[in-house]
Amino acid sequence: MSPSTDKKPPLRRLIESLKPHFSQGGRFASLERTFEAFETFAYTPDTVTRKGSHIRDAVDMKRAMIIVVFALLPALLMGMWNIGYQHYTADIDSLAQASCLMLSGGAFVWHCFLFGLVRMLPLIAVSYIVGLVIEFTFAQLRGHEVNEGFLVTGLLIPMIVPVTTPLWQLALAVAFAVIIGKEVFGGTGMNFMNPALLARAFLFFAYPKHMSGDEVWIAAKAWGNDAITGATPLAELKAGADVHSWSYSLSDLFLGAMPGSCCETSTATILLGGLLLVVTGIASWRIIVGVLAGGGLMGLLFNIIGANSYMAMPFYYHYLLGGFMFGAIFMATDPVTSAQTNPGRWIYGMMTGAFAVLLRVVNPAYPEGMMLSILLMNCFAPLIDHCVVGVNIRKRQRRALRVQQKEGKS
Amino acid sequence: MKNRQLIVMPWRDNNPVTVQVLGICSCLAVTAQLKPAVVMAASVTVVTALANLIISLMRNSIPPRIRIIVQLVVVSTLVVIVDQVLRAYFYDVSKQLSVFVGLIITNCIVMGRLEAFAMHNPPVPALCDGIGNGIGYSIVLVIVGTTRELLGSGCLWGVPVVEHTGLYNIGYEDNGLMLMPPMALIVVGLLIWAQRSKNKKLQES
Repeated sequence: MSPSTDKKPPLRRLIESLKPHFSQGGRFASLERTFEAFETFAYTPDTVTRKGSHIRDAVDMKRAMIIVVFALLPALLMGMWNIGYQHYTADIDSLAQASCLMLSGGAFVWHCFLFGLVRMLPLIAVSYIVGLVIEFTFAQLRGHEVNEGFLVTGLLIPMIVPVTTPLWQLALAVAFAVIIGKEVFGGTGMNFMNPALLARAFLFFAYPKHMSGDEVWIAAKAWGNDAITGATPLAELKAGADVHSWSYSLSDLFLGAMPGSCCETSTATILLGGLLLVVTGIASWRIIVGVLAGGGLMGLLFNIIGANSYMAMPFYYHYLLGGFMFGAIFMATDPVTSAQTNPGRWIYGMMTGAFAVLLRVVNPAYPEGMMLSILLMNCFAPLIDHCVVGVNIRKRQRRALRVQQKEGKS
Repeated sequence: MKNRQLIVMPWRDNNPVTVQVLGICSCLAVTAQLKPAVVMAASVTVVTALANLIISLMRNSIPPRIRIIVQLVVVSTLVVIVDQVLRAYFYDVSKQLSVFVGLIITNCIVMGRLEAFAMHNPPVPALCDGIGNGIGYSIVLVIVGTTRELLGSGCLWGVPVVEHTGLYNIGYEDNGLMLMPPMALIVVGLLIWAQRSKNKKLQES
């Protein structure tokens, strides 16, 4: 922090004038943590670690999380467009739809985007409000800092649910994920399962009617129950559709113009965000490549078996369908719940991808396997790391022993 | 310890489920509805109390080497009697509970109390201890059963109570996860959390 007092921006001056009230002895001292959260959100804190070893780095957790939010933006915007596109091209005939389809290219895109924006914003708002209220409450009660992990989690949750999810169910799921998934274990960094996926799993098992089937993926004009029927490509495949005689072209699938959860359909924009994460070093490229390789190998294995049209589907289709790419780039790479060692990351990634494809093709109950596969591997990540570290220790011990014996002989 | 204390202690500070963390399996298996949970709780209470009493009476004549098998014989006899009574008078619930009545034999609470208490104490305190632990187990089962049935299927004791409140008309839905065993584990976990944060004695440093 520069000590120049004369040229401070108004926000800085406001914070500094308010600070005494929220510090020890102030009138609102009980809300110290809440104040601190907003202060450090606006400005880099000037407190530094004084004890123990630590790494000096310009990128702290807040900056890292903001970069993840930036990386999510392309997929989010594309998802909003897709919500509108699915609505206006769905199999209904309304006056609004007819007039919209007559619009020219650019205007049609805007129309779709605005429709999606209006449907997405309430989901995002509910997710952030519920999650942050719980986070602030726990931080206040336990006297620790408010962690910014929820900035990302709170955006991820609405991105991976169907657009028609009732808001109160979303609120419950967020509360469940933050409390049971994170706070009971001690807050951000202590959780062993990805909170965003936990929220989705909660919805999936608690309210399956709203998370699967044909009637939840396309938003109707009004909020409520007048659903529009439209199966996801994965459900069609499960029902026996053949990719060679399909209404979706590869470019449709790659761009994400298909029914699915809000923002996980567009592989193109997800890859764009993934590029940012890999270049900035926030997501481990080993995990991403591992997931893709694992899924691909399992797909090839099914190609060899080829018992039905789903198994015979070219393996790269798996990358384009459902939440595979979104999971690979934004979920499996969660630095807290994934494996921490490099060989461990390869194993963790490969198994995640392989299980996801296995669940998709073989399990009769669930069309999509990415969520359950990542949650399963989240549980195994510590075990994988434990084994990798153990193997490394034994290897080094043997090497040291060999060196000792050599020196003894000479 | 006084007999009254022996009965009351396991309700809260020394609860067999939330503090000793025993008998979790049946706690997950039979609590999707309140009725089987209550029947199960009553059965376990009867078995624990009587097994404690009988083993305590026999405690000086049981050779230590074969004590577990003797305990098992006593417990299984009692469980078979309970099973027959349930079949005779509560046939539908007995069918619902299926194997879990038989599995009372393996309930850790029963064996735990026999080993830890009945083998070294006279009959009356042993009986009190058995009753107390049975009631402690019952309290947890009733709480979990009520929560799960109310939120999971909108009923209580089979009566559709949520329907009468009109919540369904404004968009409320039953939570399917509540009917699955994992949620029972989470409900028990929340109970333990609530109990430990209130009771300073139970907090580990």
